[in-house]
Amino acid sequence: MLVKLADNSQKRGRSWSLFRKSSPLPGFRLSFLFMAIYMTVIVFIPLTAIVLHGAREGFGAFLHTIAAPRVLASYRVTLGSAAAAAAFSALFGMLLAWVLARYSFPGKSIVDALVDLPFALPTAVAGISLTALYAEHGWIGRYLEPLGIHVAFTPIGIVMAMSFVGFPFVVRSVQPVLEDLDQAMEEAAASLGANSWQRFTRIIVPVAFPALLTGSALAFARAAGEYGSVIFIAGNMPMKTEITALLIVTKLEEYDYSGAAAIASAMLALSFTIMLLVNILQWWVQKREGKRG
Amino acid sequence: MRSLYSRIKLLILVNLVLVASASVVPAQSHLLNVSYDPTREFYEEYNRLFAQHWKATTGQDVVVNQSHGGSGKQARAVIDGLEADVVTLALAYDIDAIAQNGGLLDKDWQSKLPNNSTPFTSTVVLLVRKGNPQHIHDWDDLVRPGVKVITPNPKTSGGARWNYLAAWGYALRKSGNNEQGAREYMKKLFANVPVLDSGARGATTTFVQRGVGDVLIAWENEALLAIKEFGPDKFEIIVPSATILAEPPVAVVEKVARRHGTEIVARAYLEYLYSPEAQELGAKYFYRPRLKAVADKYASVFPKVNTFTVLEGAGGWQNAQAKHFADGGTFDQIYGK
Repeated sequence: MLVKLADNSQKRGRSWSLFRKSSPLPGFRLSFLFMAIYMTVIVFIPLTAIVLHGAREGFGAFLHTIAAPRVLASYRVTLGSAAAAAAFSALFGMLLAWVLARYSFPGKSIVDALVDLPFALPTAVAGISLTALYAEHGWIGRYLEPLGIHVAFTPIGIVMAMSFVGFPFVVRSVQPVLEDLDQAMEEAAASLGANSWQRFTRIIVPVAFPALLTGSALAFARAAGEYGSVIFIAGNMPMKTEITALLIVTKLEEYDYSGAAAIASAMLALSFTIMLLVNILQWWVQKREGKRG
Repeated sequence: MRSLYSRIKLLILVNLVLVASASVVPAQSHLLNVSYDPTREFYEEYNRLFAQHWKATTGQDVVVNQSHGGSGKQARAVIDGLEADVVTLALAYDIDAIAQNGGLLDKDWQSKLPNNSTPFTSTVVLLVRKGNPQHIHDWDDLVRPGVKVITPNPKTSGGARWNYLAAWGYALRKSGNNEQGAREYMKKLFANVPVLDSGARGATTTFVQRGVGDVLIAWENEALLAIKEFGPDKFEIIVPSATILAEPPVAVVEKVARRHGTEIVARAYLEYLYSPEAQELGAKYFYRPRLKAVADKYASVFPKVNTFTVLEGAGGWQNAQAKHFADGGTFDQIYGK
């Protein structure tokens, strides 16, 4: 049955030529159907429901909810912290990926496995342990306190929790690219007289950059949507360390379903815009690299 | 002839099934009790107690399942379709919400059981570190500069709303019913709050385990539990000169219970909470018993307090919600510009 369907699609494939380049793999229509169903049921319908629910009270109320000072402050806290966490993850994730791809040392496979741990750990656990460590009497916090550095219950704590959940995305995006990078290219560059900085900026960075961008975008997205780990370490002070997700929960707690949905839609739109910009940037970078290569 | 015979056979079979199922169903009933967080251990033990009592009086088995979470979240789950036969929540406002949004029980639910449908009470007290280094004796000491106060966010925590109303009620009385004075007190109080946890347990953890803050505003049962868990050499309880009478209510979710055919056993489940055995059990878990005989027995655990109800302190939950915790209410004004 499947084969027959695939056969048909091959025969009538011409009408689909708009959507696809001719491919040796059969079954385009079937897989496109699955993709469409999946996107509709899992992504599109729930998101549409949120937006519709948010708009139920009318446009004026919607605008009033999403532009309240406290809500605006929460966008700043959430997106600002998420951006800082993504930058931090990009830097140290790249470094870690580099070490894992280029060097061998005892216990390397353990470190490699540890990288994935934040994916599996319930985020609340991460939040609670970070808070315990960095609170003013915690193992680490007690040494930072005399220096005047407060981590728990400040924006620094938020960035830290967000980096924890975000940085594996960077490592896992960049690592395979670095592993595939042919060292012969660097050797060739060196033999042509390129110093190590030139080799890094001219060969490694251009190859790894799209992957780094993808990884950082994923880390950012994860951080912007994070609730479980942040809530414990943030301190949740209105206007200062209150994340948008908490405001959504707050609205629900008041049985204000449409208010919650309105803020969720605003957050959705902001995140989508940022992801779209990153995708465009990535596309642009790849195109430029393609031209140059 | 043959078809008649097979019809009779079928009829007998159907009858047999009906009789069998009829005799099975009432023999064991299932209840779902949807409750808030700190009651988990109490209801685990109470469910066993009630099952024995029900078996002894009616000969039937009853299995009670429990669900726990933040009070508001639990109420929303019931509104959204969690099939609770009974709800036992932290504040009447949450059960009101079920009555209003879901229409699952009558609006006058609170008059259906004795004592405002609250078999136990608690109160709001101040937990300080051993030796009371900051000399905290009453609500006034919480607004002194430099004192760090831990209390959860009243917008997300039912328990925190009791705390807030306790402080508000005190301030209002102190200033001779001058709301402006009470508002200023609350502003100063929350200026001393370094962390707003989203739930009551979270705030307790922040104070007890993270070592943050000088004083925790808490339900008496949480404070007593903290002392029991961590030892009386670490913390002590300060009873303020006036505080709120916390009344966590219980109710049968009538519409669901009717559908499940569990109305009678659900009602009995809640009524039995007022029995001497259950009252004693509640006292063991640091809830103040309503029954005078049991209350007297545990007088050493629960010091005398001077309390006011939500009705006296804030004009009832609907008013309190609209005035203090709704969008733009007194709590939002504290943090507004």
